[in-house]
Amino acid sequence: MTDFAEIWSYLAQGPLVWLTLTLIAYVIGDLIAETAHRAPLANPVLIAVILLALMLWATGTPYPVYFEGAQFVHFLLGPATVALAVPLHAQGARLRRAVLPVLAGVATGSVVAITSALLIARALGVEAATLAALAPKSTTAPVAIGIAQGLGGSPTLAAVLVILTGITGALVATPLLNALGFRDWRARGLSVGTAAHGIGTARAFQVHPTAGAFAGIGMGLNAILTALLAPVVLRVVVG
Amino acid sequence: MIRALALILACQLAGEAGSRALSLPVPGPVLGMALLWALMVAAPPVADLVRPVGEGILRHLSLLFVPAGVGVVGHAATLGPQALGLAVAIVASTVLAIAAGAGAFVLVARLTGSRDD
Repeated sequence: MTDFAEIWSYLAQGPLVWLTLTLIAYVIGDLIAETAHRAPLANPVLIAVILLALMLWATGTPYPVYFEGAQFVHFLLGPATVALAVPLHAQGARLRRAVLPVLAGVATGSVVAITSALLIARALGVEAATLAALAPKSTTAPVAIGIAQGLGGSPTLAAVLVILTGITGALVATPLLNALGFRDWRARGLSVGTAAHGIGTARAFQVHPTAGAFAGIGMGLNAILTALLAPVVLRVVVG
Repeated sequence: MIRALALILACQLAGEAGSRALSLPVPGPVLGMALLWALMVAAPPVADLVRPVGEGILRHLSLLFVPAGVGVVGHAATLGPQALGLAVAIVASTVLAIAAGAGAFVLVARLTGSRDD
């Protein structure tokens, strides 16, 4: 019988192990979230990430090796963004009745996200080069990376800050919006998609289909808006 | 299912190519989303074709962020002395942005009489 270490070293070379473990970790995260009645802290992404990070650490696997398997999942982010057209289309009539509130919500959320993040970080002594990577953190990762590079920030750091922002948004949205008394699913979804991109949008879809569709709209519009606003706000704050 | 998938990928491809060719600030997939939406509006059969697959992908949107999330864990340690400032900035700005965005939506919805029904 071949020993475990030998089988492991054979399997760990291909993408199958980490692709499978990524799906299993997510299934576990999703089951826990379901058992916890979708409580915000029982976020399936957060649980899966913690499980996988522990596994990488325990097996001494470097991230690039993990990503060789996980890239198949990661790749679907692009098609998923395109697929947001489906809920957008389904909610077409609802959206047409809410064009002005949508534009006001996205514009306000976008400006507040960029400006407050930069002002707070600067006040706490964060350097100018890091601020450039922080400015686009509310947009979806590929956009944020492009914007950060254009501003002279690190693309890797930008991606890290984007993910942290998304998880923060998914965790705080429900208790925050409940505490503030917002009941309109359109407003709830839109604000979360604007502030916390795809991870916030995924959370919104778990809560309510209308919230999910409006979160997708918020995410899409904010990607465009942040590309235009981030350079201006950064110049004013650092300036 | 394969037809729908091919159409979704074609929209993404067209979006990526268009965004690059015209050096637009809009990312390829977002442009692809706009394109697919336009096709769905223009041709209802397209909408029927894409709907089940699109809903299927979006039902597990969270899963797609797991690989990038795992990458963050390794990098969080390298943020160094700026980590605290960045953490406070991210949490506070996200809370403020959600509250302000929802507030602006509700305010303008009330002013323009846009009801959700």
